Amino acid sequence: MSTSTTNEEIVPTTLGGKASEYLDQRLGIAGAAKKNLRKIFPDHWSFMLGEICLYSFIVLLLSGIFLTLFFTPSMGEVTYNGSYTPLDGIRMSEAYASTLNISFDVRGGLLMRQIHHWAALVFVMAIMVHMLRIFFTGAFRKPRELNWLIGFTLFVMALAEGFCGYSLPDDLLSGTGLRILQGMILAIPIVGTYISYFLFGGLFPGTDIVPRLFTVHILLVPGLILGLITAHLILVFYQKHTQWAGPGRTNQNVVGLPLMPVYMAKAGGFFFVVFGFTALLGGLVTINPIWLYGPYVPTQITAGSQPDFYIGFFEGALRMMPNIEWNFWGHTLSPNILVPFAIVPGILFGGLAMYPFLEAWITGDRREHHILDRPRNMPTRTAIGVAGIVFYGVGWINGGNDLIAPHFNLSVEAITWVDRVAIFVAPAFAFWLTRRICFGLQRRDRDKVLHGRESGIITRSPEGQFSEIHTPLPQGDLHTLTSHEVHHPLTLTDVTDANGVPAPNLRLAKLRARMTRWYFGERVEKVSEEEYREAISSGHH
Amino acid sequence: MSGDMTHDEHGSVAVDEEHGHGVVAENPFADPGLPEHTPRLTDIDEKVARKSERIVAGLFLLSAIATIAFMVCYTEVPNNTSTIVNFFPLGAMSASNFALGITLGVALFAMGAGAIYWARTLMTDVEVPQERHLLESTPEDKAEAVAEFQQGMADSGWKQRPLIRRTLIGAMAVLPLPAVWILRDLGPQPGTTQRQTAWTAGELIINDASISLDGTRGRGIRPEDLQVGTLVSASPAAVLTAGDQTNNMMSMSAILLVRMNTVDIKSQQEIDWGYEGIVAFSKICTHVGCPVQLFEQQTHHMLCPCHQSTFDLSDNGRVIFGPAARSLPQLPITVNADGYLVAKAGFDQPVGPSFWERG
Amino acid sequence: MKSLSTRRRHPLAAFVVLVLGLAFVGTIFAAFLSPNSASADTGTSNAQAIANGKALYITSCSSCHGKLGEGSSYGPSLVGSGAAAVDFQVSTGRMPAQQPGAQIEKKAVLYTQEQIDEMAAYIDSLGGGPAIPDSSKYQVNDNLVQLGGVIFRTTCSECHNITGQGGALTDGKYAPALTQTNPKAIYEAMLTGPQNMPNFPDTVISPLEKQAIISYIVSVRNQANYGGAGLGRLGPTAEGLFIWTFGLIALLLFAVWIAAHTTKASAERVAQAAAKKRGKE
Repeated sequence: MSTSTTNEEIVPTTLGGKASEYLDQRLGIAGAAKKNLRKIFPDHWSFMLGEICLYSFIVLLLSGIFLTLFFTPSMGEVTYNGSYTPLDGIRMSEAYASTLNISFDVRGGLLMRQIHHWAALVFVMAIMVHMLRIFFTGAFRKPRELNWLIGFTLFVMALAEGFCGYSLPDDLLSGTGLRILQGMILAIPIVGTYISYFLFGGLFPGTDIVPRLFTVHILLVPGLILGLITAHLILVFYQKHTQWAGPGRTNQNVVGLPLMPVYMAKAGGFFFVVFGFTALLGGLVTINPIWLYGPYVPTQITAGSQPDFYIGFFEGALRMMPNIEWNFWGHTLSPNILVPFAIVPGILFGGLAMYPFLEAWITGDRREHHILDRPRNMPTRTAIGVAGIVFYGVGWINGGNDLIAPHFNLSVEAITWVDRVAIFVAPAFAFWLTRRICFGLQRRDRDKVLHGRESGIITRSPEGQFSEIHTPLPQGDLHTLTSHEVHHPLTLTDVTDANGVPAPNLRLAKLRARMTRWYFGERVEKVSEEEYREAISSGHH
Repeated sequence: MSGDMTHDEHGSVAVDEEHGHGVVAENPFADPGLPEHTPRLTDIDEKVARKSERIVAGLFLLSAIATIAFMVCYTEVPNNTSTIVNFFPLGAMSASNFALGITLGVALFAMGAGAIYWARTLMTDVEVPQERHLLESTPEDKAEAVAEFQQGMADSGWKQRPLIRRTLIGAMAVLPLPAVWILRDLGPQPGTTQRQTAWTAGELIINDASISLDGTRGRGIRPEDLQVGTLVSASPAAVLTAGDQTNNMMSMSAILLVRMNTVDIKSQQEIDWGYEGIVAFSKICTHVGCPVQLFEQQTHHMLCPCHQSTFDLSDNGRVIFGPAARSLPQLPITVNADGYLVAKAGFDQPVGPSFWERG
Repeated sequence: MKSLSTRRRHPLAAFVVLVLGLAFVGTIFAAFLSPNSASADTGTSNAQAIANGKALYITSCSSCHGKLGEGSSYGPSLVGSGAAAVDFQVSTGRMPAQQPGAQIEKKAVLYTQEQIDEMAAYIDSLGGGPAIPDSSKYQVNDNLVQLGGVIFRTTCSECHNITGQGGALTDGKYAPALTQTNPKAIYEAMLTGPQNMPNFPDTVISPLEKQAIISYIVSVRNQANYGGAGLGRLGPTAEGLFIWTFGLIALLLFAVWIAAHTTKASAERVAQAAAKKRGKE
């Protein structure tokens, strides 16, 4: 980049050098470049899940901009006169007509619509998988609690964004979804009817909802998402990425490959791979064929009406909730709607958001953590996560009960009843099973440390006894398998002071002690050095 | 656990030749440090590296070709519902969408694959450590920051001037309120409109299937048009003149008519509100408002496809399964002077989903 | 002319005249007296067909529907059901039913169309009812597709699904898919309301409207899935399932490929390269 070899005066000769010099004289970028160009990132496939979210969001932005150039966000009525003959002469909203126009009369329009919708599904799916990875590896611990909250907020906004987005074409399927939303809003105590009338501009469906959702969908929520993604990435950069335990990897370093050139190429390449994959899906697999659904009319409906998958849990919860409703003093309170609409999601999402703080309170751990947990080494946390997945999954499956029923020759009533029971029983069972599996895996690791790996070679002693030769683990593996921390339950001390006065916050402290016993009461201790030496010296394989 | 366990030369166990069992190094679980870098074939063999280079270049070239192909297909492949390509095993599909999707997808994917292959085979793969800086600031920095802040507070006089402090907080607390206030005109107040439908005494019942495409003409229904087991989706005649209020009106006033044998109807009131076994019910589900219209002729059950609320139309529209809590409201009907079915009165209760003020 | 007159007194002349006469009458009969009009009046049309139909009925149907079609605890009365109902049930294989119940499944068709017509004539003779539609009534008419779509979405899609994939009813019953159903059966089903399906007489959905519905159903099911593979036309559920299986696995495989360590050179290749390098120096 320069011809000079001294540090005092660097005279750039290349174009890139001159441009950098220009910017540096105005922005002082050399400092940032010095720190970040060769920043080290660790390599593991599970660290790339967040990237899938980022790249699919960029795809959404690009394809979305194209769509806004052709979409008309209006519910004013027009008579269709385009290429799709089965709807020729039918009255419909401009929103629906313009979506048909994009699908059939704009070249590349159907491709862009499909890329946009597939990318939306990939976006939400990737967020869920990424969030689970963070959860199961404990990457949310200090100093990353704030990033967890940012990510959680991004998750909720992605759900809202998707719902708003697929409601824009004003087709029969998504219009039904809006109707259901309106029915749920009506059930909100005291302010429900007001919120509904303000949101829809009066009676349902009105003419305001699509233009309003359009503003939310292309301006408000994407703006928030962009801002939060920026904050999210800045924190990842600044706090550096976490890494798995291993030889040479400590809590004070990060081992991997440099941003320039390796990660620029890998991450940039992954962006094109995700984009290309979405484009191939857009060209090969139909998604949201709104021309088959027809325009939204409040008296029409289709059998097998489901929302996009990420709303499936709420749909299933609505279906399985028993029909409890209370009437008193001229008012109606509807738990049959509020529980699946607000209470259960509130608990689920609230618990999700607060988990890092809850676990920190339970463990009392105030240290920085940059080495990831293997899920098996935190059995209760892992079991809680699996139970949460199962809970969510039962609700999701019930959302498709009227498609599952005829397919498998069952009745919707039977499926609903099974799910009503399963939503309590299955997570409990999954919790128990997961913990047992984690302990089993921990014991297996322990055996591997003590006795080495099974080699598959059988030997026979002179006395006639068969045994398998175990090869001892290399040093690196021994280190990795013993570097985790085994937590112990916190014990209550100083319950009362010298005069018998109980300590303040005693109930909270007792609760905390009980929770640590739940978390760490049963545990598998690590192999100690003495045990290891004994195993080696006694010659046991 | 890193994806692969690196195998290094030195194990932690040295075999004691004399006694036939192992002797352990000082700390068996100590961190052995980063394993030594072992080269890839491309690192040591220039011929293999050049083959890699050709693969990467080929992928980039493929991307460029696909990009051009996209632009060619855009103009050359006609975009209409009759230009279809049959791509096994995915079936018949729009030729334009297929061509544009494949070319764009390959262009992007090949670009990405090229960059990744370059990184994996030719770029450095030497793992290096980088120290983490302590996130927490030094005590000196913290003290200095606190001192600056306190100096700033002292300069402002915040602590010495409680009157300023309190009025500022008070004014700031209310300042955001106009942002909420100004949204008042988002919509009208509900008033009693959630209780009203277009049905009044004498309103003619129109067969939905007979409504013209422009929404202005439709046929009435005579009792003899229906047999036992017939289902008719119906609306008030007012929808034919409702203009841009049609959807709003339908979302509250849609009804369905079914005809049953009066011996099968369990409620005398239901029979009285019907006409010769023809009964009219609101079509709006009392759960969250989907149109409920899956009528089973033999069981007289009416199923809502959204969340499977089931209503017994032979028993006052009572809920027999599902999350709906209230029975389907019935519309009293009779026949007018011309022999057409009309409403005898409006609904006796609000239709559709429950709401707080419903009663 | 002379040859004709010489054959007038041929011994077989009378026979030939009789055959020609019968053929003439039969042609007139077939051309002008269609089965439709025959079923409207019960007595006059093919007595033989009714008798045959009754015999078939006694063998296969009477155990559930009664000796005289009056019904029993296993099956409803067929008096007034009409020929169209019989044609629908038997020509789609639903009847004879395997067992009584609310949902009667489609199975292999047991009878020829002629036999079905005979049974239809018999049932029609018991008490009249909707007649088998003439083929012009269920001809696909491309100009009626739009109207048919609107009525289909108002009246049919809530049970049969927006593209006719079928749908769930209560207690394990279901509305069948319409993707393979022939137009005559669709017409007859609308007209007669088989099993739990409501009926839609011509006074409620006119013959033109029925034809429009049929035109729509056939047109949509023959339509290409413009965007690519149709995923069964089952909507967001199928799309979600697809992305969570195929999509997730593909993306994870890409991630694994990107992040995995590249294969290291074997020890002997490293030695080879070192030797080569030493050789060069």
